[in-house]
Amino acid sequence: MKFTKDHEWVSLDGDIATVGISKHAADALGDVVFVEVPEVGKTVAKGDSFAVVESVKAASDVYAPVSGEVVEANDALSTAPETVNSAPQADGWFAKIKVSDAAELDALMDQAAYDAFLATL
Amino acid sequence: MSTMNTVGRPTAPNEVQTKPATLTGGRGLLQNEALIFEGDGWGKTGVDLPEPKTDGSDLGDLVRKDPIGLPGLSEPETMRHYVRLSQKNHAIDLAIYPLGSCTMKHNPRLNEKMARLPGFSDIHPLQPISTVQGALELMDTLAHWLKTLTGMPAVALSPKAGAHGELCGLMAIRAAHEASGQHEKRRKVLVPTSAHGTNPATAAFVGYTVVEVAQTEDGRVDVADLASKLGDDVAAIMVTNPNTCGLFERDILEISRLTHEAGAYFYCDGANFNAIVGRVRPGDLGVDAMHINLHKTFSTPHGGGGPGAGPVVLSEALAPFAPAPWVVHDADGYRLIEREEDEAVQAFGRLCAFQGQMGMYVRALSYMMSHGADGLRQVAEDAVLNANYIKARLCDLMSAAFPDGPCMHEALFDDEWLKGTDITTLDFAKAMIDEGFHPMTMYFPLVVHGAMLIEPTETESKAELDRFIHAMRLLAQAAKAGDVDRFKGAPFHAPLKRLDETRAARSPVLRWSAPAGSNQAA
Repeated sequence: MKFTKDHEWVSLDGDIATVGISKHAADALGDVVFVEVPEVGKTVAKGDSFAVVESVKAASDVYAPVSGEVVEANDALSTAPETVNSAPQADGWFAKIKVSDAAELDALMDQAAYDAFLATL
Repeated sequence: MSTMNTVGRPTAPNEVQTKPATLTGGRGLLQNEALIFEGDGWGKTGVDLPEPKTDGSDLGDLVRKDPIGLPGLSEPETMRHYVRLSQKNHAIDLAIYPLGSCTMKHNPRLNEKMARLPGFSDIHPLQPISTVQGALELMDTLAHWLKTLTGMPAVALSPKAGAHGELCGLMAIRAAHEASGQHEKRRKVLVPTSAHGTNPATAAFVGYTVVEVAQTEDGRVDVADLASKLGDDVAAIMVTNPNTCGLFERDILEISRLTHEAGAYFYCDGANFNAIVGRVRPGDLGVDAMHINLHKTFSTPHGGGGPGAGPVVLSEALAPFAPAPWVVHDADGYRLIEREEDEAVQAFGRLCAFQGQMGMYVRALSYMMSHGADGLRQVAEDAVLNANYIKARLCDLMSAAFPDGPCMHEALFDDEWLKGTDITTLDFAKAMIDEGFHPMTMYFPLVVHGAMLIEPTETESKAELDRFIHAMRLLAQAAKAGDVDRFKGAPFHAPLKRLDETRAARSPVLRWSAPAGSNQAA
């Protein structure tokens, strides 16, 4: 699992990347009340806003950590947004992206680097 | 048991603390008030109207078949219902209302007296112009004050709220780019991360792509980041000054210069104009469009007390695109420019059916004229002084988000000082309710962790500020002393206890439905 500075995570299996927001992000947002996941078939570029997460405190854009085509979206979040709080880095995933350039992941942080990054915040 | 004096009253009333729960849910002359639908008003009516004399309806199949579903109440029942609800509410007429970025100031009663003059309150927008010359003169005078205070050549009075004013400003900007043939390539609007949420929402609503501009460590627009994002694809920037961190944008002239160099327009969010009114003219800063919340800076009521009003001042470059209507004055008196022809040929249209919020125009102008130019300058000075007093008196216990230097009209704290206490900004705010104080703005701006944004306005006297600060200090000390229970369940003394905001947001119930088995159940 790799992380961005904007607190998204990405996990690659073959050329399919599962993406979501980190536990740190979910905790900072507080109780999540609404999630807008991208449409299947949408093409996203790394850094594009591709989803929205709204909590009792704030609404935030979620940025695509990798470029590619959305092949699956976690529609369960529309009726159970609390999953983002209870399992942000597992069942609370947002979308699966068929990556167009796996090398993009090289620039992202691994768990240790992300933990070190969090310690600086 | 407290000691009684000779007339049987407690000598120290505050010591009488036994508080049995009431039997009915009422509290000290306040009855527990049900929803208006839950009374016994079904099937009755409070007014006695004659049967309408009609020969059938023209609505055909569209005639309502089910009952309308509104309870009937007599006048005293209606009055009591709403007055009881109001007694459970907070109002600026009760105490300080320190909501940051909202400028909750006293609404002078003189304003109300003026607004109730029949020449202003009993007129209709479709009346012949010759019969409303006074009202038009008032609009023209208000426009003159707004243009003079901002140093801008034009104003559109009609927008009905701050966000409506933002829409007006961006529509004028879009019209200007369309007129110069640049609309197709200028598709972006730059917005700092600390902006009011309405700024990106407005830009998106007008069809622009929003690009965020970073903030510096000291809470201001990162000019280098702004410069790197400006280009011939940018239509406008939207900057609030003072910004939502309560800080003056020191580089505002540079921001304005860079923006204009790139061919873009400078929209200024005027929500925080109260901090600079009479001291700084936004026109001198290079602003092209700015809304002015009459319900903030110019003391007209917020929310239930009256509608908002968000006039927009425009620069020379944008003035031709101002929406109709506006007032002009010539030898024949005052009249309204209503149509997109002649001098208004480039107007982008209009934002509302008539002339806007007349009652708010009267109140705002009353406020301006009763203060005068010198008085308005003192408004800004006192508002800034009050915020700095709060910051200075609390910053030893609470952590100021930007401790270096003075703030403008609002003091911003983060939740660093609550670390390790298990108490959150939300808990702290709820405990303030128990102490008799409406909480400050929480969790905004988003760029500050656990933000607490306090805006006292010039309304508060030193004595009132001291009472507020005293309560805040006692609470802060209790938090640091580990008195967690005082915070976690708060409010304990409010008519309703801690509400489940999460559940309310996740599964909102937007419509009352009769309980099963009642005679109103469908």
